[in-house]
Amino acid sequence: MTNSPTTTETWQTKAQRIADAVRLRVLDHVLKNNGGYMSQACSSAETFSALYTKIMNLGPSVSPAVPPPFPGAPSASNPHYFTGAGYNGAKAPNLDRFIFSPAHYALVLYAVLIETGRMSAEGLEQFNKDGSTVEMIGAEHSPGCEVTSGSLAQALSQATGIALARKLRGESGRVWVYMSDGEFQEGQTWEALQLMTFYKLDNMGVYVDINGQQCDGCMCDVLDIDPLHTKLEAFGMRAFSVDGHDLNALAAPAELPRDGRPLIVLAKTDPCRGLPRLQSRAPKLHYLRFTSPEEREGYAQDYAAMTNGGK
Amino acid sequence: MEILTKVYAKTFKNWAADKPEVVVYSADLTSSVEVDLFQKAYPDRFFSMGLTEQHMHSMAGGMAREGFFPYIHTFAVFIYRRSYDQICNSIAYPNMPVRLVGFLPGILTPGGITHQAIEDVALMRALPNMTIIEVGDVTEIESVLDSVQAVNGPVYLRMLRGEVPRLFDASEPFQFNTARQLSTGKDITLFSSGISTEESLRAASVLKERGVEINHLHISTLKPFSDPAVLEAASAARKGVITFENHTIVGGLGSAVAEVMAENGVGRKLTRLGIPDTFAHGASRPYLMKHLGLDALALVRAVEKLIGENLNIHEEDLQAVRLQAVHSTSKAEAL
Repeated sequence: MTNSPTTTETWQTKAQRIADAVRLRVLDHVLKNNGGYMSQACSSAETFSALYTKIMNLGPSVSPAVPPPFPGAPSASNPHYFTGAGYNGAKAPNLDRFIFSPAHYALVLYAVLIETGRMSAEGLEQFNKDGSTVEMIGAEHSPGCEVTSGSLAQALSQATGIALARKLRGESGRVWVYMSDGEFQEGQTWEALQLMTFYKLDNMGVYVDINGQQCDGCMCDVLDIDPLHTKLEAFGMRAFSVDGHDLNALAAPAELPRDGRPLIVLAKTDPCRGLPRLQSRAPKLHYLRFTSPEEREGYAQDYAAMTNGGK
Repeated sequence: MEILTKVYAKTFKNWAADKPEVVVYSADLTSSVEVDLFQKAYPDRFFSMGLTEQHMHSMAGGMAREGFFPYIHTFAVFIYRRSYDQICNSIAYPNMPVRLVGFLPGILTPGGITHQAIEDVALMRALPNMTIIEVGDVTEIESVLDSVQAVNGPVYLRMLRGEVPRLFDASEPFQFNTARQLSTGKDITLFSSGISTEESLRAASVLKERGVEINHLHISTLKPFSDPAVLEAASAARKGVITFENHTIVGGLGSAVAEVMAENGVGRKLTRLGIPDTFAHGASRPYLMKHLGLDALALVRAVEKLIGENLNIHEEDLQAVRLQAVHSTSKAEAL
């Protein structure tokens, strides 16, 4: 981990420290590689941090600290294939599972795994390198990933199958899904929600990054999905809308006793959180690539300030 | 010829009795795809998915990761056309043991273009990790499930329902990736699959009478396609090779045979019988078979062309191998 934890710190202090470190690590990566999914780190850092430090009941990583190279595509004749699920701990009836959906957030997920001690910082050096599993668009062999989700909306459905299986087996562990708001434009997401409520899969909990951004710009201009909360409730979901940078607000819905309805938490976030300079690029925030040395220098100064000044 | 009804329904229900890990996903066509007997017998293992084919496939992939074997049941066309992406990413890539059981393939449905799965084999064949099986008669329906379940990965099963003939002796069960020799001969090698095998048998005796020797192999495993008997039979044909399938001639059995022949330098003429790269429309099975060249007479004409002879065979010469009960209680073609 970047910073040393103290034994007396609260979970909130720890989670905020991790969230800050995730933003910093992703910015560092973006500076070194002249590009990356920066706004996603800004919007989602607290949600990921709350999930990994408070909400999810995960065991320690059972995967190598430095991710192994790509073992070849899965097939009946390839016994060497593995998934990245081991970074989220062993599978056990009482433990939770984490299903990561927006595959382009992979850089953020890798940073979270590093800051939570589940992957070595060295692993990120393999990011987007040929032959590596630390892919730019995560797939199921990538650290922290369990299913292949780059064709958006398929992870929620796959998680539904996992949750149904666990319910049939009477397992107490829950299935957490992390999604982006753009995925609610996909019809399959709404198919999945129907099945989740029909089969009363209250062992499922979904956290959604409501950053209002997609590749072409603001979702309000590309295809508005509001009122999402109302729609979800109409579909029978137990929906909560919270400030996605408020750790207590993020964690609270997960503490509630299960009531038969699948849980969904809409984490309203700021895609420029912690890095105000990004706002100058609005509404095109999907991918940060520096257009000039001066622009890059500005972000380098931000990095220096964030490193020296704590937050 | 023995004609039986609801063969799949009974077979699957009995087969699944001692397999608690086998679950069924059904997309609102439960009795139309003969999985109603399973539903009644094992309601706890039956999951109604409504009309959510895309979600259904991904969910099955997820459940398969947990050690279950989801058997998806719907019309063949609804399995692949709308939700190919989900089959690819949620099932085929991770090599999940999901079984996709598709009913009313090709022109077996009068439902028209929206209901006719005419390019399913082509698309499924193009997917790495996918196994494709098409049954041709009662015996194969009765004996195929153990082979399906033994596959380590996804399986697409092109299934028959309603009234189905028993073409093959019950003592000769389905064998995976193994062509079934139905006749031997040196003039023409014929590879047929699905209902085209029944149609081929209709023409067989007349062709024999006219002195044409047919080496006839019934193909029920379309992928993998590595039975050495295929190459051997294609190489031995004196006048040419014919493929015959209830599918477009692009990408299915005909293409699979062409690939084997070309890769092995088999210099024989190849005639691909099937739906001739066209869409069909809503009509009866006999009409569509005649109209599209999927009937016994189409096979005779293809044989005549390859051997360069007019065999003077007419519709009335082709004896009816299949006898339909007049007062049928089964839904042979209805939706």
